[in-house]
Amino acid sequence: LIVNLLGISLTVLFTLLLVFIIVPAIFGVSFGIRRLYMKTLLKIFAWATLRMERGAKEKNHQLYKPYTNGIIAKDPTSLEEEIKEIRRSGSSKALDNTAEFELSDIFYFCRKGMETIMDDEVTKRFSAEELESWNLLSRTNYNFQYISLRLTILWGLGVLIRYCFLLPLRIALAFTGISLLVVGTTVVGYLPNGRFKEFLSKHVHLMCYRICVRALTAIITYHDRENRPRNGGICVANHTSPIDVIILASDGYYAMVGQVHGGLMGVIQRAMVKACPHVWFERSEVKDRHLVAKRLTEHVQDKSKLPILIFPEGTCINNTSVMMFKKGSFEIGATVYPVAIKYDPQFGDAFWNSSKYGMVTYLLRMMTSWAIVCSVWYLPPMTREADEDAVQFANRVKSAIARQGGLVDLLWDGGLKREKVKDTFKEEQQKLYSKMIVGNHEDRSRS
Amino acid sequence: GPPSPAHRPRVCSRVRSRNSALSLLDPWPYLPSFPPSRRGRYWRCCSRGAPGSVMGSRASTLLRDEELEEIKKETGCEFGQITRLYSRFTSLDKGENGTLSREDFQRIPELAINPLGDRIINAFFPEGEDQVNFRGFMRTLAHFRPIEDNEKSKDVNGPEPLNSRSNKLHFAFRLYDLDKDDKISRDELLQVLRMMVGVNISDEQLGSIADRTIQEADQDGDSAISFTEFVKVLEKVDVEQKMSIRFLH
Repeated sequence: LIVNLLGISLTVLFTLLLVFIIVPAIFGVSFGIRRLYMKTLLKIFAWATLRMERGAKEKNHQLYKPYTNGIIAKDPTSLEEEIKEIRRSGSSKALDNTAEFELSDIFYFCRKGMETIMDDEVTKRFSAEELESWNLLSRTNYNFQYISLRLTILWGLGVLIRYCFLLPLRIALAFTGISLLVVGTTVVGYLPNGRFKEFLSKHVHLMCYRICVRALTAIITYHDRENRPRNGGICVANHTSPIDVIILASDGYYAMVGQVHGGLMGVIQRAMVKACPHVWFERSEVKDRHLVAKRLTEHVQDKSKLPILIFPEGTCINNTSVMMFKKGSFEIGATVYPVAIKYDPQFGDAFWNSSKYGMVTYLLRMMTSWAIVCSVWYLPPMTREADEDAVQFANRVKSAIARQGGLVDLLWDGGLKREKVKDTFKEEQQKLYSKMIVGNHEDRSRS
Repeated sequence: GPPSPAHRPRVCSRVRSRNSALSLLDPWPYLPSFPPSRRGRYWRCCSRGAPGSVMGSRASTLLRDEELEEIKKETGCEFGQITRLYSRFTSLDKGENGTLSREDFQRIPELAINPLGDRIINAFFPEGEDQVNFRGFMRTLAHFRPIEDNEKSKDVNGPEPLNSRSNKLHFAFRLYDLDKDDKISRDELLQVLRMMVGVNISDEQLGSIADRTIQEADQDGDSAISFTEFVKVLEKVDVEQKMSIRFLH
């Protein structure tokens, strides 16, 4: 009897809690509970760090501190300058600029190669960022030692709260959110086209995304909301995880672009497209760049259609940098609305390392972290200028996003996560060096 | 010697542990400072973000205190530098078996575009071997420690430190010396030159460059450059600075 009572009271409590969370989501209001939660967590983390530092001092050791900005000093000088310097220091001949090849030239390539082995700019972007101080999750505990009894108890409490209270709650919320989305959009799809349908569709979408946001305990700060994307534009943002979509779509009404998936994702996609025109491509169509560009252009030119949401990096990067933007979406000629998204990894790292974790594992990891905290900046719209081509425009937008989000602006392709780098880059280096050796003798023929 | 890495089957690029449900939980992977472990402290530098697996299955990625001491003595690097480089080593080690192969190095894009990338990678692997462990990794990297750091621990009776001027020059010499016969022949020099310039210079031009270089350096008339001749040619070059990599912090 007691067990029954307990069961019933727990269920009632649970449902009440759900309602308490879902109702504000429907109306787009917030009680501020999540921010309070965030502040409490910050205080706890600060205390934990102090304890660990104290423990380290007692043992007279250094605490391990990771540095995301690089561990070695690198010279930004070019190939030419470096090699000239090496030659100058070794040459007793006075400014002999007919010097062709010197044995010491190899030092440049050797050192550059060693520097990249110790610390390179690209590979570290494809794995989660290291935290500066521990956040009481054992998945981020690399080399954080000196964990006292009190900290361990706190960690244990954290595990209990996260797995036994937060996780079921979040799963229930996610389930509600997704099913409401599917059901809601299907229902709206049966209505005749018109303003009422649009209105309802928008609100169904927003409501469901807000529920999903609460399902992840995402605490989002939006900046400069007056720059939000408008109809007929393209919204581009840096890509860290599939959650980016939920974060952006809970504050605005977008048309999604993507590949048709099977399974649950496919069901969601088919339902969504009934209510409003998203752009879904079949797998075979994705390869055809012209077809993709054509469909996007058509969508963009229809001013009544929603702004498109695109992630031009093409793959998930770990939110410490922005990598090369693919020029496809910048060739279309529409207004580009850049958005910068920066996550705070201390509460839960949102980066999806797709070579390590599948989607389900990733979502469960998200739902067992403390929270997802991020800032979203809506940047002023940009258009392609007359004298720049798509690649330059893409780079300009990328720099603006990197600057706003405090991320490193890289020219490397995010596709290097899985593919080998193209040989053309090596050939460029070889060409540069060849110029140094024979550049002074213009009359000699080159093969 | 270093512990032999546990033999594990090669993992494919999409790693999903079989007991994925278990690996989701936060088990007890770290060693708190109580009770004191009799085996000594372990430095756990896991690849970033990996779920903490059940203790023991990651033994090959732990770096023991004794090993750390040995590496410190051999290379002269500081404690903090060694742990950071160990972190780097494990992040490059995609197969998670405690050693690096040539493919692991070639995955670094900036190294793959270096014209001499393959020669540099080769320098890590001793004769005939395909895998390099952390000791070997550190031993090669130690050549690039700045020389001034040696002033702190001058050991006159000990062996020559790995980052002495002579050893740095020897490292560069080995990059040229393809067949490891302690001589840079004309053919070897041509091959290395070809790597550095690609297709942009004709064979005849390259040949004359190689001839001129050997002529200037060669003193004993064997049409090849020995190590002593190599050192003589480069005696004025600031090797200490050009072949050194400085750690921040």
